[in-house]
Amino acid sequence: MLHIKCPHCGMRSQNEFSYGGDASIKRPQLNKEISDEEWDNFVYNRKSLRGKHLELWQHLSGCRQWIKVERDTATHEIFNTYKADEEIT
Amino acid sequence: MSQKFRLENGGLINRDKKLSFKFNGKSYYGYEGDTLASALIANGVHLVGRSFKYHRPRGFFGAGVDEPYAVVQLYRNNETEPNIKATEQELFEGLEAKSVNCWPSVNFDIGAINNFLKIFLPAGFYYKTFMWPKSFWYRVYEPFIRKAAGLGVASTKHDKERYEHKYEYCDLLIAGSGPSGLASAYAAAKNGARVILAEDKPRFGGSLLTSDVNIGNQSGEDWANSIISELKEMPNVVVKNRSQVFGYYDHNMLVMSEKVSDHLPKTKKHHPKQRLWYIRAKEVLISSGSIERPLVFGNNDTPGVMLSSAAKEYLKVYGVLVGKNPLVFTNNDSGYETAIEFKKNGVNPIILDSRVNPQSEIIDEAINLGIKIKFSHVVVVAQGYKKVSSADIAKISDDKKQLGTIENIKCDCICVSGFWTPTIHLASQSGNKAKFKEEIDAFVPGTSKQNETTLGAANGIFTLEETLKDSFIAGQDLSKKITNNDNKISFPNVVEKKSSQHDKFWCVPLPKGKSYKRFLDFQNDVAVSDIEIALKEGYRSIEHVKRYTTLGMATDQGKTSNLNGLQLVSNIENKVVPAVGHTTFRPPYTPISIGAIVGREVGKHSKPTRKSPMHAWHEKNNAVFVDAGVWLRPRYYKQGNETLFEASKREAKNVRTNVGVCDVTTLGKIDIKGPDAAELLNRVYTNAWLKLPVGKARYGVMLREDGIVMDDGTTTRISENHYHMTTTTAQAANVLSHLEYYLQLVWPELNVHVVSTTEQWAGAAIAGPKSRKLLEKLFPNNDVSNEGLPFMGYMESELFGVKARIFRISFSGELAYEVNVESDNGQFMWEKIIELGQEFQVQPYGTEALSTLRIEMGHVAGSELDGRTISYDTSLEGLISKKKDFIGKRSLNREAFTSSDRQKIVGVVPLDKKTSIPEGSHLVKDAQAPLPNKKLGHISASCWSVEHDNPFSLAILKDGKNMIGEKLFVMCPLKNKVIPVEIVSSHYVDPKGERVRS
Ligand SMILES: [Zn+2]
Repeated sequence: MLHIKCPHCGMRSQNEFSYGGDASIKRPQLNKEISDEEWDNFVYNRKSLRGKHLELWQHLSGCRQWIKVERDTATHEIFNTYKADEEIT
Repeated sequence: MSQKFRLENGGLINRDKKLSFKFNGKSYYGYEGDTLASALIANGVHLVGRSFKYHRPRGFFGAGVDEPYAVVQLYRNNETEPNIKATEQELFEGLEAKSVNCWPSVNFDIGAINNFLKIFLPAGFYYKTFMWPKSFWYRVYEPFIRKAAGLGVASTKHDKERYEHKYEYCDLLIAGSGPSGLASAYAAAKNGARVILAEDKPRFGGSLLTSDVNIGNQSGEDWANSIISELKEMPNVVVKNRSQVFGYYDHNMLVMSEKVSDHLPKTKKHHPKQRLWYIRAKEVLISSGSIERPLVFGNNDTPGVMLSSAAKEYLKVYGVLVGKNPLVFTNNDSGYETAIEFKKNGVNPIILDSRVNPQSEIIDEAINLGIKIKFSHVVVVAQGYKKVSSADIAKISDDKKQLGTIENIKCDCICVSGFWTPTIHLASQSGNKAKFKEEIDAFVPGTSKQNETTLGAANGIFTLEETLKDSFIAGQDLSKKITNNDNKISFPNVVEKKSSQHDKFWCVPLPKGKSYKRFLDFQNDVAVSDIEIALKEGYRSIEHVKRYTTLGMATDQGKTSNLNGLQLVSNIENKVVPAVGHTTFRPPYTPISIGAIVGREVGKHSKPTRKSPMHAWHEKNNAVFVDAGVWLRPRYYKQGNETLFEASKREAKNVRTNVGVCDVTTLGKIDIKGPDAAELLNRVYTNAWLKLPVGKARYGVMLREDGIVMDDGTTTRISENHYHMTTTTAQAANVLSHLEYYLQLVWPELNVHVVSTTEQWAGAAIAGPKSRKLLEKLFPNNDVSNEGLPFMGYMESELFGVKARIFRISFSGELAYEVNVESDNGQFMWEKIIELGQEFQVQPYGTEALSTLRIEMGHVAGSELDGRTISYDTSLEGLISKKKDFIGKRSLNREAFTSSDRQKIVGVVPLDKKTSIPEGSHLVKDAQAPLPNKKLGHISASCWSVEHDNPFSLAILKDGKNMIGEKLFVMCPLKNKVIPVEIVSSHYVDPKGERVRS
């Protein structure tokens, strides 16, 4: 079970969180004309990386905030966690 | 029966407390502090089971977790449990156990014929033998294997025992209470660290309980006892025996199984049987020790052949002799320690040492005691079937390839020592890549992966002095990092005997012309010849060899067999062991009961039960409940001998003719506030929301980004910037997360706050032609006329002094209202509705009638919004705004979603107007068509239409739009039904929707 540092609440066990997938995916703006390919990439296509991955988690049984977690998908090492609106350097 | 093999004195057992027990129906006695194994051996019982494959007789090989054979079926307090190691099960008064793997009995076993057919059961025999003919598998092979080869029988009864889960945090978790565990725990505890010290056995001390050493001015055992007593007194230390740390998971989380009550005849009141600990440790010290390796020779699985360390443990801990005429066969000094213990207790052992001319303090001591030693000698084959009766021994050449003249010597047990294998499972599970240590011919942990440190024998350190020194330092340094304290502890003086180098030799060659079985894996009956066959057949990877031969599999996980298997493969392949590599260690290290894994989450405790504030009333009024997610909802209210069918028909009929009331508290409710609330709704729902006036409700459908319908419900504008959203019961949690996702991540610029209020409001739906009359009685001061409170209207009021919200919305298709009051007033509201509704023949209705009403109206619910349907499919496309963008809109022009014969919701009526249509059935054109018959659609929901008094169903049907009036067939192979049906409109009642507006 992973140990995730919620930037709002501190270190919490994985079972308080739910997973939200790739955090680098940006939803296309509303009312914007976009190609089928662009839309498919947003809805379906994901990289399934091995290694460092920026992903979304929601602290569901806690503060209910969506957060960003930088995690190695192979080793589960967590390098950093960020608030939803935090600048990632 | 007397305990013929029990010594007069000695051991750590309580001789004042005699315990009676039964094994295979026969009564015996042992003492408190015995294991089932030690008590059986004391009584001279060595035959405990049959082996897995060949059904060869099986005795005891180890004295604890290392035991591969003595797995029994245990009977305790009217319960039975399989897969119990007799060497770990503590004796209690009235214990009963039986052998497994033998049928009909341990002494006469039919499966033993396999032993004489063993030529036909070589490596991979499962794969080869049982493959063909295919039809034989179910009829012949499988029943035979099941009967002959089970490792015990699971109880089919409900387990009445309680199992608990516990979460714990600590600075240092120390797995194993041998010298390294005790020393590191002590040093860390003195430094103020929060320490958990776990020991899988009942007694603390590990090897100190059986070795002849001194620490300070105490014996090893006394030192262990004094350290443990001191640790137990310290408030920052948790000391746990009977607790196996069996798994090392991510982020330094370890799981430990504590056997709280397994050693007692009966679990004490308010105690669990077992407790599973989830421990998050800052640092982990692995002091799990080592397991002695067997030596491999002919028939080395005969009962009476056992590890020399086990023989010593039976002597020193239990005061039990494993034999009175022992032969010790060793390649290192450990065998001598066992022989010396025998000698001290008046038994004369013979030592066979494979080494040519070893010299050490221990060997000198054995010589001085007059023990007979034969250097350069080996056991070639053990003689005896159900128990060792003698051994064929021989001198072996210095290159270990030639055997001299074979000589038979009498003995009643053979204690073997092939040196030591560090127990590195936990380190390996943490991700640590093991490295091969040439000097000890075994793997030890490499570089730490998580915060783990391996100490003592588990790290391949076999001298006490070095172990203690390392462990004191590790405990001190690691705790200092955490607590910043630096309390130095002086190292005690250690007295131990020096050992000489072990012999790399471990497998005795076969004499010319002999083909004795030489076993590597005792639990799975894997012999040297099996590995040879596997390699001959081309298997190279050790992982493949393992699976093909079953070496190191099952509950034993290769505790005694792993390294010998690797050595053999490396010998044959002419490789060094590290090049062969080792198989992966996976948790659990030892078998864990299903009960412990499940914990308290059984039956009603597997999920929380939510009850509405009106639950007590429903109960009092004969409601029959149904699980709706985590909620309990009334399914119907039983009157007299009514069936579900009769009751739901009556309730639904009453809604259509008079008025009914339904508890709708479970509907998801989300409070939405903020200046951008309308904008959020406009983006989330498919229809337009910006112009909804205050005091009005609107029905909305929300999609996922892939265009599939996610949920539906009504949302009401309570005030300028305040909305009340309802969701389906099932999707309530998902919808809230969905809104939070968009607000926090996608559109953080929207100034909106959302919060779940599902449990804050109690809800009652009042439906039926007489519902307005009832509402007038409930709210005499409000104008609830069609003008005052029109369809989709909302008003706030007071219900006899209680704050109430009234929504004019309808799920049943009748004139209907939904009244919400704060949860605490739910019961009051409900009772008022029932009381004032008497004159209008009000009746409560449950979910079954609710379903009937919505189905015949063609209103969609979860069974249509099943994660596969789009708005069009459920006839909700009219709610799709062309003017604005919303979540999922861009997906709607996908080719499949716009095809002209796209599936659509329809109504289905059986031609005979009598036969009920099972939900989930398929619709086909031709009932006689050959299989696979093309499916045109499926039945999503069925009811008995109270309006038309015949069965009616909803279906999602291909090209549904153009199928109205068609005749098709419903196929339900599960119920063996074929029903001719007609396709009709999904709006079977009031197609124009006039009633809701009346
Ligand atoms: Zn949080």
